[in-house]
Amino acid sequence: MLSMCDDKIDFDRKENNHYIVKLSDMKKAIKFLKESENYNFLLDITAVDYSKYKENHSKRFAIIYLLKNKDFDNLVILKAYLNEDEIIDSITDLYKSANWAEREVWDQYGLKFKNHPNLKRILNHKEFMGHPLRKDYPTTKGQLCTKTDDLMDEMVPKLKAKGYENHEDLMFLNLGPAHPASHGTIRNFVALEGETIISAVSEIGYLHRGFEKSCENHTYNQIIPYTDRLNYCSAILNNIAFAHTVEGMLGVELPERGQFIRVIIGELSRIIDHLVCLAANLVDMGALTNYWYLYNPRETAYTLLSKLTGARLTNSYMRIGGMTHDLYDGFEEDLKECIKDVEKGMDDSLSLIEHNRIFQDRSQNIGIVSGDDAINRGFSGPNLRASGVNYDVRKNNPYYFYDTFDFDVALGSVGDVYDRMMVRFEEIRQSIKIINQAMKKLPDGEINVSNHAISFPKKQNVYSNIEGLMNQFKLVMEGVKVPKGEYYRSIEAANGELGFYIISDGSGTPYKVKVRPPCFYAMSALGDMIEGEMIADAVLDLGSLNIIAGELDR
Amino acid sequence: MAVTGEEAIFGDSVITTKLDSAIAWARESSMWPYIFGTACCAIEFMSVASSKFDISRFGAEVVRFSPRQADLLIIAGTVSYKQAPILKRIYDQMTEPKWVVSAGACACSGGFYDNYTTLQGIDRIIPVDVYISGCPPRPEAFLEGLMQIQKLQAKPSKYLEKRSKRDFKGLLDA
Repeated sequence: MLSMCDDKIDFDRKENNHYIVKLSDMKKAIKFLKESENYNFLLDITAVDYSKYKENHSKRFAIIYLLKNKDFDNLVILKAYLNEDEIIDSITDLYKSANWAEREVWDQYGLKFKNHPNLKRILNHKEFMGHPLRKDYPTTKGQLCTKTDDLMDEMVPKLKAKGYENHEDLMFLNLGPAHPASHGTIRNFVALEGETIISAVSEIGYLHRGFEKSCENHTYNQIIPYTDRLNYCSAILNNIAFAHTVEGMLGVELPERGQFIRVIIGELSRIIDHLVCLAANLVDMGALTNYWYLYNPRETAYTLLSKLTGARLTNSYMRIGGMTHDLYDGFEEDLKECIKDVEKGMDDSLSLIEHNRIFQDRSQNIGIVSGDDAINRGFSGPNLRASGVNYDVRKNNPYYFYDTFDFDVALGSVGDVYDRMMVRFEEIRQSIKIINQAMKKLPDGEINVSNHAISFPKKQNVYSNIEGLMNQFKLVMEGVKVPKGEYYRSIEAANGELGFYIISDGSGTPYKVKVRPPCFYAMSALGDMIEGEMIADAVLDLGSLNIIAGELDR
Repeated sequence: MAVTGEEAIFGDSVITTKLDSAIAWARESSMWPYIFGTACCAIEFMSVASSKFDISRFGAEVVRFSPRQADLLIIAGTVSYKQAPILKRIYDQMTEPKWVVSAGACACSGGFYDNYTTLQGIDRIIPVDVYISGCPPRPEAFLEGLMQIQKLQAKPSKYLEKRSKRDFKGLLDA
C-alpha cells in the first residue's frame, strides 16, 4: 500500500511496526498518507527522549505520529529520529488536531516546530524552565508559578483575523479556571460584544499532575492507580485500557471469564460516566431535577463497586494479566438492582426533557461540529458519533468478544449539543444490552493469565512454599517484565478512543508512557465552536463535550 | 432554680444567651461553602451534595462560587503549581471569619503525585483548618470535616480574633 508513495520517501524501513521516515520527509509522507491513502484521522503526536535508553540511538529524540485511515481499521505509526536542534515541519495545516499536540511536544520535550501558529507551553505554566519529560529533568523538581497568562498573545491574532483591529468596544471575560460552569479547572477566555462571543481561546494544564513522568519510575502494576485518576468518572475503563495495552506487549490474552468481567464492569463504568456528564450538563441548563434523577443511580453503582473493589470512585480493579479478584456471590442481583435504578433514572429524566421545548431550544443547533471537522480535530467517542461518523473501537477493531455482542452504535445527525447528549442516553441503553448479554454468557474458569511472570501466585502458595514467596517478591519488587518494544493499543472508553503508547526497555518499569486522551482533542475545538454563540451556550458546549480535567491535563 | 429576667416574663418564647454564642450558632448552622474542586475529590463532593448524603442536613448546601459570599473554602482535588496563584487569590478574596478544609491526599500533601508539577500540600500556599484523608475521601469523611469546622466555629470570639491575626507566610506571600 505504502509503496505507491513518492520514491524519495523510504517507507520500507520498518522497526517494530513503525515506519521510519527521515525528518525532512515526514511532512511529505503524512501529506501523502492523508491525500492519497485517506489517513485523515490524526490520533496523536508524541516524542521520546532516548538518552537513558539501554541501546544507543544515533540521535537523542524521536518524534512519533499515529494516524488512522478513513475506515478507522488501519493504524500507521511514523517515526523520525532527530536531535534537539533540528526543527520539525508543523502539520497544523493538514490536521487541526496537530495544533495542541505539537504544543505539548514542545512543552514536554522541547522540540521545535516550524510554521506552527503559536508554539507555546500548554500543560506547564508560563514561568516553567526546562522540559519535564526529558530524561535529565528531575522528577520532583517543582517550579513556582506566580502569575497567570493573560492569553492576549492568542486572542489578538484571532480578533485580527475577524477584522477587529481595535478592540476597545469589546469586553473580555474569563470563564474559569475557577468557575462553576467550567467542570473542573479549565479556562476559557472570551471577547464579547454584548452577550455574543466574538472570539475565544482556551487554556488548559491546571490539573497537569505529571502522570506520564510518574509512570517512568513505577512498575506496571503500580501505574494502575494512576490510571484511575485520568478519567475519574469511569476509573475502571482506564485500568482496562492500560492493562490491555501492556498485555498486548506481553502477547498474552486473558482467559474468557476475565475478558467477560472486563466487558461487564467496563460497560457499567461507561454508564456511570455518561450519567455524570448528562447530569452536569442538565444542571448547566437549569434543569436541576434531572441531576437528582441521573446522579442518584450512580450511588447504587458506587455501592456495587465498593462491594466488589473496596473503593467507590478510584477502584484500581484491574491488574496486568487480569484483575484483583473474581465477582462476589450475589453480584448478579446487585447488578440487576443497579441497572434497574439507571433505567428508572433515565426514564424519569427523559420524560422531563425529551419533548420539552425549552430543552430543545437550548440544545438544538448549538455548538455544531460537522463530521469532517470532527475527524480533522481528532474527536472520538460519543462526540464524534454525534456528528454522524460511525467510529466505535468496539465495532471497528473489536476486542474482548465485542463482535459477538448484539448492540448498535448510536449516531447523531447534526453534531450539536442535543445530539451529543442523546447519543450518550442511547449509549447507556446499549451498554445495558451488552451487560445483560455478557452476564448470560459469563463462563466459569480462571480470571487471570496463568503465567508466573505476570500474575501473582495464590496467597496459599506465598505463605506455604518458597517458590510462591519468591515469585510474589520478584513481581512486587521488580514488576512484570515487559519485552522491549514500542506499542500502541486502544479501547473505546467513555469519552472515546483511549489509547496508550508505551515504550519498554525490557525492565519492569516503562521507559515512556503516553496517553492518547480523547478529551484533549475535543477541548482544543471548543474555542472555535463557541464563536458567534452566546455565553450561556458556551457553557452547554463545554458540558456536552464531557471534558474531564484529569484526562485532559494528565 | 427560679427563672428570672426576661425568661420569667416571656416564658418559653424567649431564650437568653450571649451574643457570641448566638452569632456562632447562626454561623455554624449556615455555612456557605466555596468548592474549589479540581479533580476526583470534586466528584465525591457531588455525592456529598446529592440525596443520599445530603450536606443540607448540616446547613451547608448553599454552594457559592463567589469567594466573597462564602465562608468555607473546600479544596477538593490536586492543586498544581499553575493553579496555586488562583487558589491564593480566591482565599484572599474571602472575608473573615473564613475556614479552609483540605480534602483528600493531593490537597493535603500532594498525594502520590510527588513530581515536578504538583504542589506538595496546599498549606504551603494558604493556612488550613481541617485536613480530610482519603483518595478520594468518602462522603462521610467530608461531613466529618464539616462538623469539625462547626466545632471550631463555636469557639468564643476571642479565639476568632486571635485566629484572624495569625501570622501565616506561604510560598506565594512575598
